[in-house]
Amino acid sequence: MSEQVKTQVNSLEIGRNRTKFRWKFTKGNDFVIGAAIPIIILAIWQIVGQLNIVSPIFLPTPTAILQTFGDLIASNELGVHLGVSIRRALIGFLVGGSLGLLFGLLTGFSYKAQYVLDPTVQLLRMMPGLALAPLIILWFGFGEVSKIVIIAEGAFYPLYLNTFMGIRNVDNKLIEVSKVLEFNRAKTIFNLILPSALPNILLGLRLSLAISWLGLVVAELLGSTAGIGFLINLGKQNSVTEYIFVGIIIFAVFGKLVDSFVRILERKLLSWRDSYQG
Amino acid sequence: MSNSIVSINQLSKTFHTNKDQVQALRNINLDIQEGEFITVIGPSGCGKSTLLKIIAGLDLDYQGEFLLEGKNVKGPGIDKGYIFQEPRLFPWLNVERNIAADLNIRDPKVREKVDELINLVKLTGFEKSYPRELSGGMAQRVAIARALLRNPKVLLLDEPFGALDAFTRAHMQEVLLDIWKKNKTTMIFVTHDIDEAVFLGNRIVILKPRPGSIQDIVPVVLPIPRKKTSESFQEIRLQVVNEFEKIEALQSAF
Ligand SMILES: Nc1ncnc2c1ncn2[C@@H]1O[C@H](COP(=O)(O)OP(=O)(O)OP(=O)(O)O)[C@@H](O)[C@H]1O
Ligand SMILES: [Mg+2]
Repeated sequence: MSEQVKTQVNSLEIGRNRTKFRWKFTKGNDFVIGAAIPIIILAIWQIVGQLNIVSPIFLPTPTAILQTFGDLIASNELGVHLGVSIRRALIGFLVGGSLGLLFGLLTGFSYKAQYVLDPTVQLLRMMPGLALAPLIILWFGFGEVSKIVIIAEGAFYPLYLNTFMGIRNVDNKLIEVSKVLEFNRAKTIFNLILPSALPNILLGLRLSLAISWLGLVVAELLGSTAGIGFLINLGKQNSVTEYIFVGIIIFAVFGKLVDSFVRILERKLLSWRDSYQG
Repeated sequence: MSNSIVSINQLSKTFHTNKDQVQALRNINLDIQEGEFITVIGPSGCGKSTLLKIIAGLDLDYQGEFLLEGKNVKGPGIDKGYIFQEPRLFPWLNVERNIAADLNIRDPKVREKVDELINLVKLTGFEKSYPRELSGGMAQRVAIARALLRNPKVLLLDEPFGALDAFTRAHMQEVLLDIWKKNKTTMIFVTHDIDEAVFLGNRIVILKPRPGSIQDIVPVVLPIPRKKTSESFQEIRLQVVNEFEKIEALQSAF
């Protein structure tokens, strides 16, 4: 029996070692393996374009897109548009996110606030942001304000919901401990409730940032005179399809960068967590 | 009588659930002198935790009288240290910060006491470790240090070593006796284990269930450290076992 267990353990260890070894061995190749499919697609794409099978207005070749990319960077147009977009997304996120955090804290800590505010928030949440956009434009015009309102509206809910949930899900066993240790009100909030709500709050932060970025696309496509969305619209109107591709790529890359940044933040702040870290 | 730290008179406790009610404790009478080491033992569900929670002030809904140093208890607090069955550490704090909890570890007075306690519960070298990096026994020792830092008059322990293996358990019993000798803290220690009750207590309170009431209180007048294999130890152990058999006979009579 114990012999069997031992051999099992041994084979497990060997298995683990082997995978570790192979992991190390392939680590450099991971990128190559992961990039294989995109590279093949890009190659076919390029060939199809150069053979004039598809009109470049429908599908410009990768090299043409790259060329446009380079031109836009060189003329600093891309930098300007990107700057405008980032500024909008950031302001919208800061306004909506901080309101979400604030209201989440309020309803989380106070049952009275919950009963007063939460039903309304839940009702508003059910309205699709896209459908609200025309109304927001009607009220706030085509200027900067309506764009920020559209972004902020989306950024509000994830932080609100997750902050509220994080506060309400504090382990009752730890609350009992805090009573036995005679934590005062401030210590209960700052040394118990907020740290245990932090994983949820950070999740809300991540989702809010992602939604801000999506809201930015909606807001800019609905009408703007600068920004990445404007660049896409410009491409559409003038049949410069390369602009559309550049805009889409920028949106994707920046969305991913922002998400990675919050993940790093999570890993740093939540290193104490005893759960699967991916 | 004058220096009894805990005095319990005709204490009863009934839980009201949706439909029926459960009497968890009936007519408990118990006086505990300062510096005593009381072990409480009894079958599962006989009300040991209920009694401990009342003494801790975590449960204020009872009938009868319970006084701590002659005064009514209005709620939990640091004068009544409580070690739960699970360590219940704050997972986001390392060992030394868990022990300090709401106190500032950078305060030199706190720092000094924390270091002293880490030494006492033999966790030197693990000051910066997080709860997820500790074994169950180590985590429980952190919880004990956390309670001791507050200098409780009474330390209430609810089956604190229940989840430990025999070896770690024996070590922890030694540690606890060390602390008791050094600090003269009054201990009320709930356990399932008869050997543990005899090994630690200077009186063993034996509870019987349905409703929870005191079957007998067995004094243990043996010098410390006690030898579990000695004849006098076995004699007292047998006495407790006998009481248990009486409880069992009573139960099966129903
Ligand atoms: N919150 C509660 N609501 C209703 N009944 C309860 C509650 N807590 C305990 N009881 C009942 O009170 C009785 C005593 O429970 P208690 O937890 O004190 O037992 P115990 O002696 O600590 O048992 P164990 O050794 O298994 O921990 C049990 O019959 C239990 O069903
Ligand atoms: Mg219990």
